[in-house]
Amino acid sequence: MPSTLWGADVGSIVAGLLATTTADTAEFVRPAIDWHAFAPELIVLGWGALVTVIDIIGLERTRRFMPSLTGIGFLLAMIPVLTLWDLDGDLPRVLFDGAYVVDNYALVLKGLFLLSGYVIVLLSTNYMAEGDYHDSEFYQLIAASVLGMLVMTSARDLVSIFIALELVSIPAYLMAAWRKRDLKSNEAGLKYMLMGVFASGILLYGMSMLYGAAGDTRLSVIGESLAGDADGVSPFIVIGTLFTIIGFAFKVSAVPFHTWAPDTYEGAPTPLTAFLAVASKAAGFVGLVTIVLDGLREVPSIVEPLMWILAALTMTVGNLIALRQTNVVRMLAYSGIAQAGYMMAPLAVYSTSPELVRESIVTYLVIYAAMNLGAFAVVIVAARKTRSGEIESFGGLFRYAPGVTVTMTVFLFSLTGIPPMGGWLAKFQVFNALIEGRTGWGVGLAVIASINSVVAAFYYLNVAKFMWFMPAPDDDYSPIRVPSALIFALGVTVIVTVISGVSPLVPDLTDFTEVATAGP
Amino acid sequence: MQEFLDTWGITAMVFLPLVGVALMMAVPQKEESLQRWLALAASIGSAVVGVLMLWNFDYDDSGTMQFAVDHRWIEVITARYAVGIDGMSLPLLALTLLVVPLVLIYSWNHIPAPGNAKAFLILILVLHTGMLGTFVARDLVLFFVFFEVVLLPMYFMIGVWGGEQRLYAAIKFFLYTLFGSALMLVSFLALFRVTGSETFNIVGLAERVAEGDISLTTQVLIFGGMFMGFGIKVPMFPFHTWLPDAHTQAPTQGSVLLAAVLLKLGTYGFIRIAIPILPEAALEWAPWIGLLAVIGIIYGALGCLAQTDMKRLIAFSSVAHMGYVMLGIATLTDFGINAAIFGMVAHGLITGMLFFIAGSVKERYHTLEIKRLGGLLIQAPRMGWILGITTMASLGLPGLAGFWGEFPAILASYDPAPGLSDTLFRVYMVVAAIGTVLAAAYLLWLLQRTAFGTPSEEFVDDPEVHDMVFTEWLAWAPMLVLIVVLGFLPSLIFDVTNTPASMVGDAVNALGR
Repeated sequence: MPSTLWGADVGSIVAGLLATTTADTAEFVRPAIDWHAFAPELIVLGWGALVTVIDIIGLERTRRFMPSLTGIGFLLAMIPVLTLWDLDGDLPRVLFDGAYVVDNYALVLKGLFLLSGYVIVLLSTNYMAEGDYHDSEFYQLIAASVLGMLVMTSARDLVSIFIALELVSIPAYLMAAWRKRDLKSNEAGLKYMLMGVFASGILLYGMSMLYGAAGDTRLSVIGESLAGDADGVSPFIVIGTLFTIIGFAFKVSAVPFHTWAPDTYEGAPTPLTAFLAVASKAAGFVGLVTIVLDGLREVPSIVEPLMWILAALTMTVGNLIALRQTNVVRMLAYSGIAQAGYMMAPLAVYSTSPELVRESIVTYLVIYAAMNLGAFAVVIVAARKTRSGEIESFGGLFRYAPGVTVTMTVFLFSLTGIPPMGGWLAKFQVFNALIEGRTGWGVGLAVIASINSVVAAFYYLNVAKFMWFMPAPDDDYSPIRVPSALIFALGVTVIVTVISGVSPLVPDLTDFTEVATAGP
Repeated sequence: MQEFLDTWGITAMVFLPLVGVALMMAVPQKEESLQRWLALAASIGSAVVGVLMLWNFDYDDSGTMQFAVDHRWIEVITARYAVGIDGMSLPLLALTLLVVPLVLIYSWNHIPAPGNAKAFLILILVLHTGMLGTFVARDLVLFFVFFEVVLLPMYFMIGVWGGEQRLYAAIKFFLYTLFGSALMLVSFLALFRVTGSETFNIVGLAERVAEGDISLTTQVLIFGGMFMGFGIKVPMFPFHTWLPDAHTQAPTQGSVLLAAVLLKLGTYGFIRIAIPILPEAALEWAPWIGLLAVIGIIYGALGCLAQTDMKRLIAFSSVAHMGYVMLGIATLTDFGINAAIFGMVAHGLITGMLFFIAGSVKERYHTLEIKRLGGLLIQAPRMGWILGITTMASLGLPGLAGFWGEFPAILASYDPAPGLSDTLFRVYMVVAAIGTVLAAAYLLWLLQRTAFGTPSEEFVDDPEVHDMVFTEWLAWAPMLVLIVVLGFLPSLIFDVTNTPASMVGDAVNALGR
């Protein structure tokens, strides 16, 4: 069992925590809680509980309302995100002695996760209702996972980051094995769980060393205390940093820690695959970015070379393997690995301009979420008719579903990075951050990324080729019926994808120049 | 009127085709004739605005950007919506505004298989916006966006409506061009960062570089990235291999647009961006560009002599002709750059025309194999004569437009910019001159075997082989007239381009090498 595996580490951290708190304060004083700042999480938590209770009471009678109810919960939670947005310039709001911070960075990501969660619910609605699954529980688990993501955006403390990460992952382990009569789905869930738990162990081990070095779990304090050793970094910190980053590398499926991803993606229910490839991966990135830019900001000499190698490997290997895929979900899985490589790249040069790095990664995450969720939506739409995940099954799509084909084309070209679709701006920002420091390493990585984007064009266009130029595999050109939930999801994602490419919408949102590094 | 043109003229010209696209989307596919009228109206609307601007253009001041707009766009990355027209972009804009409506007229009864006029015409209009935008952009990010936008419609045009090898040709075209432009983007960003500029404005960047504390190595590397982007698009030897495939497989309209306008995006990039911003690096690169240009001239010509397919022959002749343009640019003199711009327009008209004819021949004979053709002058005398005039123009006969693109480019390489080896460029000059002889050889050979002689037996009584039809007259006449008029009055273009071209030449001379 995982808990015994980590028992020692968790125990030591908790003991350490207790020791510091008891030493600092004689008696426990409840910290003042900024309820408004905490409202999105509370709404998702409360609403998720409410939906669970309704499900228990209503059983079959309320089942068909579950997706809409869950979706409404996510939209409700958007309200405090909007009201918090730079209200009277009182951001950042710092909670729990600096362990939890609500700033624009956190709010943009909260919005991203809530909307992604909403789109995932839309994608799941018909898929779950038409398959023979336990559908109500699925939505409750999605809500739990999204809650973890919301916490992740604000967490500025090793413990809360770890808890958020587990809250994101554990429901996803369950959901990956949701098609329980399908061996592949069981494989997906088991592989994901084992690798995830393994990664958590490594991460926790690394975190424990960082804590040991700094004597505090708050990233701001860790950042300061590591600054002292900038000249001669002790092996202790090197190993701690290394393990922490490798732990996250598993979560964001960076090469060579990516091997779980394709099998899990292929076996899991497709809406859940979209969730893993977009929201869950983004949550991993948020944790990584926060830890690197806040906690490890003074030790670029360790982090930058590591991230350089990881990024270069991830984009190159992901792309090369994606070239060979014949299954569209596996192709998207590997392409998602390659995209993670681009997203990671700015972290290889973060010391010169951390804020630009943060902005470029969040820009990428937002645009990536829109275009990749859209691509998965099309896969789900097409599979409703073809019952297949092979790329060849997209043949003739233009003849019987021209609208779907055009939207898929938008997503594919956006993923390739062709203007005017949003993807180019995401890549542009990554290149911008890489070249900003004017170092040979940064420019070199940018060149590697640009060559990779040409390789990627080949397999994205391969899908376009089947849709537009090839005949349908079984000469079946009967039109497909697209459920309204999926039409809505496609509409939202395609609009965001196109708008973000021609307007300053996303870069304006992700302009965090006023973000202070969270301090107590 | 002037006020409207100053503020909205360029924007209206560039985006009117997209308005047409939006309207066409709303019309069902089966209303084909309405689709055609909408597409034509959008392109003519764009052309009318364009002509009004040409009318109001201050020709005495062709070195400055006119009708200029500089509006904020994506502020976080300091990209601005900065557009304008000067003497360098004006001839190419005019060419684009002319060719696209002609292509649409030609499409009236020449929609290639498998049909679907709506999608086909929409793609042409999207292409139109991309091309116009590239020629007016004054901001590197905006330029990049428009430069890339043309990829999509061309990919689909080749892939859906192309010949037998269309899939291969489409993906090859796309990947080659994308490879170049990806490196070009890295170069743009590197330029932005090393200069420490606040905007991506081309003139602003050039001034920053001229202030000069950027090492020559950095400049040469950045130029190299741009060279990949523009050089592949031109295309220069050895990156030309996408061109024969794309041209041969594309439908007639696609070939015409590729030849007439798309290739010019590359050469335009050199004279608008690469050389003015990085004149010092350009001096380092010029001998190599010149070398590749003359290799292209000879290689393209030899390639032509080996072709058995009429369309493929014309495609290879493009490689050779763009070689002259690049040779003119490589001299880095105002004379050479003037010649290059003229060469771009002339090549656009002449090769565009040749592809039109090839398309019509294919439609009648269902083949372009040169040895099966023959006797065009007997079966379709008017078309045969037009082919004759166009091949004469293409081989550079004085009195027709082609002459003024080639001859001054060769002449310019006698006396390249200071800092370049005279001997080397004189060798290039001789090689390029030999290229004109080869050009005469392959073009006359083409004319002889397709137009002269008697029709081969298989086509002698073929009812499908007929002379020109009305839409062909309508689409071709303006191009033929221009080929002749520009041949007699080359000053129409040289007067406009001279000031901006000499500004580029002066920037190189000012280095004092």
